[in-house]
Amino acid sequence: MATMLDYQTERATWCPGCGDFGVLNAMQKACVNLGLEPEQVVVVSGIGCSGKMSQHFGGYGLHSLHGRSIPTAQAVKLANKDLVVFAAGGDGDGFGIGMGHFIHAMRRNVDITYIVMDNHIYGLTTGQASPTSDVGSKTKTSPQGTVEQPILPLQLALAQNCGFVAQGFSGNVKQLVTLIEKAIQHKGFSFVNVFSPCVTFNKVNTYEFYKANLVDLDQDPDYDPHDRVAALRRVAEANNLVTGLIYEDPDRPSFEESLPGYPDDAIVSRDWTLRQEDYEAILATFR
Amino acid sequence: MIQDVGWKVGGKQGEGIDSTGEIYAIALHRMGYYVFTYRHFMSLIKGGHTNYKIRASNRQLRHHGDDLHVLIAFDQTTIDFNWKEMVDGGIVIYDASAFEAVKPSDRDVNLFGVPLTEIAKQAGNAIMKNMVAIGVSAAISKLDPEEFRPVVQDKFSKKGQAVVDSNMEALLRGYAYFQEHYHVHFPLPEKPDLRGVDHLFASGNQATAFGALAGGCRFLAAYPITPATEIMYWVLEQFPKYGGVVVQAEDEIAAINMAIGANFAGVRGMTSTSGPGFSLMMEALGLAGMSETPVVIVDVQRSGPSTGLPTKTEQSDLSEAVNGTHGEIPRIVLTPRTVEECFLYTAEAFNLADRYQCPVIVMTDLYMGMSFQSVDGFPVHQVRQDRGKLISDEELAKLGRFAYQRYDASVPDGISPRALPGQKNARYVALGNEHNGFGLEVEDQETRVAQMRKRQRKLKGFRHESGVTVDGRPDAPYALIGFGSTYGVLEEAREVLEIQGLPVKHIHFSRVWPFPAEAFHDAMDGVRVALVTEQNATGQLKRLIREQAGYHDVLQSCLKYDGDPMSLKEIVHTAYQTFPMGVLN
Repeated sequence: MATMLDYQTERATWCPGCGDFGVLNAMQKACVNLGLEPEQVVVVSGIGCSGKMSQHFGGYGLHSLHGRSIPTAQAVKLANKDLVVFAAGGDGDGFGIGMGHFIHAMRRNVDITYIVMDNHIYGLTTGQASPTSDVGSKTKTSPQGTVEQPILPLQLALAQNCGFVAQGFSGNVKQLVTLIEKAIQHKGFSFVNVFSPCVTFNKVNTYEFYKANLVDLDQDPDYDPHDRVAALRRVAEANNLVTGLIYEDPDRPSFEESLPGYPDDAIVSRDWTLRQEDYEAILATFR
Repeated sequence: MIQDVGWKVGGKQGEGIDSTGEIYAIALHRMGYYVFTYRHFMSLIKGGHTNYKIRASNRQLRHHGDDLHVLIAFDQTTIDFNWKEMVDGGIVIYDASAFEAVKPSDRDVNLFGVPLTEIAKQAGNAIMKNMVAIGVSAAISKLDPEEFRPVVQDKFSKKGQAVVDSNMEALLRGYAYFQEHYHVHFPLPEKPDLRGVDHLFASGNQATAFGALAGGCRFLAAYPITPATEIMYWVLEQFPKYGGVVVQAEDEIAAINMAIGANFAGVRGMTSTSGPGFSLMMEALGLAGMSETPVVIVDVQRSGPSTGLPTKTEQSDLSEAVNGTHGEIPRIVLTPRTVEECFLYTAEAFNLADRYQCPVIVMTDLYMGMSFQSVDGFPVHQVRQDRGKLISDEELAKLGRFAYQRYDASVPDGISPRALPGQKNARYVALGNEHNGFGLEVEDQETRVAQMRKRQRKLKGFRHESGVTVDGRPDAPYALIGFGSTYGVLEEAREVLEIQGLPVKHIHFSRVWPFPAEAFHDAMDGVRVALVTEQNATGQLKRLIREQAGYHDVLQSCLKYDGDPMSLKEIVHTAYQTFPMGVLN
């Protein structure tokens, strides 16, 4: 059985105190808890501070292009269904340049887990406004305060009927581990948005801010994570400042299950040579 | 010279022009003729002018031919638009129940009215005017109308036997009407001897898709785009039978990134697209090069730039294929000359991608992709699958943990063995950032230079199996040069020029990158004047040759970029202007 040690790599290059450390630890711990070996897990990341996740995680990784982790990750999973596949990105990577892929991944429902490290700022490019920056946020590209409405990740996912929607916080790794475990176990596309503070460039959305404002729905016995419409209302009422399992539809079939001809065994392990009778059947279609 | 007949049906988009042409083409093919079809269509669903040309012969055709002997016109526009292609003595059949045709006065062409719609109504339904037209065509070419029955059966059997019968009835009535009223004919030449030949009917797009399947591709992600979409259609039909996956991606950027993801995981994946989509893929092309992930991209070129002429042909993506993406990566560019090469080279593309761990671009174009033609079988027995350097579990066990270097820069040929996710002791990160041997992001100059050199080294010793072909007299002082789909028309041009006394050879590229310099120099031996014939405005192939091989004083251009495929006349005419007259050796 793999331990946390097996998932360790070289020293991470994030700023001391970066929220992404908590996300990394939670992803590693969730995998350990589920008895996964590092070589069974692939992390596909995009660009930005969150993009380093594939390198720091300790499994196989693909550090892809800005905003393109999701399509790449879906294909990795389709090619080898025996792998556990994460797509990891930030709010800029995922909700800016990569937003289209996010919506379509929810439609398609390939069995991958998408983790977004949401810090409301562009960190690696040193502090510009991001798609989730609150109105009025003063950044290098919005010195007078942002005038655009922020993307609402949970509402978007709920509206798009995403089969698994959760939100965590880097300051509560314990809860995040549980959420990621459930996300991995969910069959189909699962989305975990994580408030992951940028300690260098975002002086508003800090650990203290989240500790003071977040409501933990996992601790609410009256909250039903299977009622999508109620979930939408609750998230909106709390101005998105919630954590926990927001919504899950365990019955929604995955893309793989629904696709005609998708094989039971991993495509990568199959023999791809056409036999004589295959050729004959195909050539007959050209006569 | 080829003995052949040119036939065309034209009308408004939405009038069933394509299915008319298709039925006639398949019937001629099944009768044992060689056919080559070309579709002229517009980027709209209904209205506008569309036509479907069939050239039929008793020998292999690689070009749709300049001439037209029989034209079926459903409207006056068809006559006006296609008049210039008609040979003297040619026949125009027009639907006399729909309009009174006006004959342009500058050509000796026979205009015959046949009440196509009226006859179709008598057979049961006005929409069967197409079948009446086919019957008339059969009579003109002295074909047995019963030979069409199996094709009509195949086409309409899903709609019930009554539909089959009434369509056949319409065809026979058209046949009888023409026999009764007219006595002009354009008989087809005697049928060829097809013994020992697998006489097949396929388009370049179908052949490309088939080549991918045969080559072991089991993952296609693509976004619909003319003229590449047929590749996706074919694969959608076949992949599920062989455990493959097809994803209609949300855009071309997703499509190529998916293809890269599948290859990273160890499955041969590709994406098929056309110009605008190919442009969107440029960043990911760089990722494949930098992360040394194999990927195959098929670009069925169309007229650019931008949206350009979406339904017209061109060869103007060459520079982009060879140079595209920022920065510098190794890549291989294949430009098949024929339908059979579309099959073989696409299959081979996966071996090259795996062997050199880099992107391989297969470039065809609308003309090659969408034109159906008869071929003497596919070279299926030449297909081999070679996965290139993959590290085995045993080797990894011997290495132990933390020893495997995915990007080991010290390998002499620049190609370090690949591990696939799931293998123990080999976990690594494939990345678009500069990295060290282990796949860790680094920025120091020494590593950067070592990794750049590693990647550039990969193709240093690369030799195409057949990058350049030479047809005709090897010692000829004049040469026609082209790449890709213009092979057929250039071969016909060479034959015409030779018959008329010009000593010409035909040099054709089927693989352009890495540039097959050695083979090209050999081919150019003795050439004094060469006409580089290509379908773009700036002479991209000529530029590439000059950059890679020289010959600045020897190369002239024959360019075409109006959207239509090259015609034989244009090439022959330019050749006469370019090659000095009457020089014989």
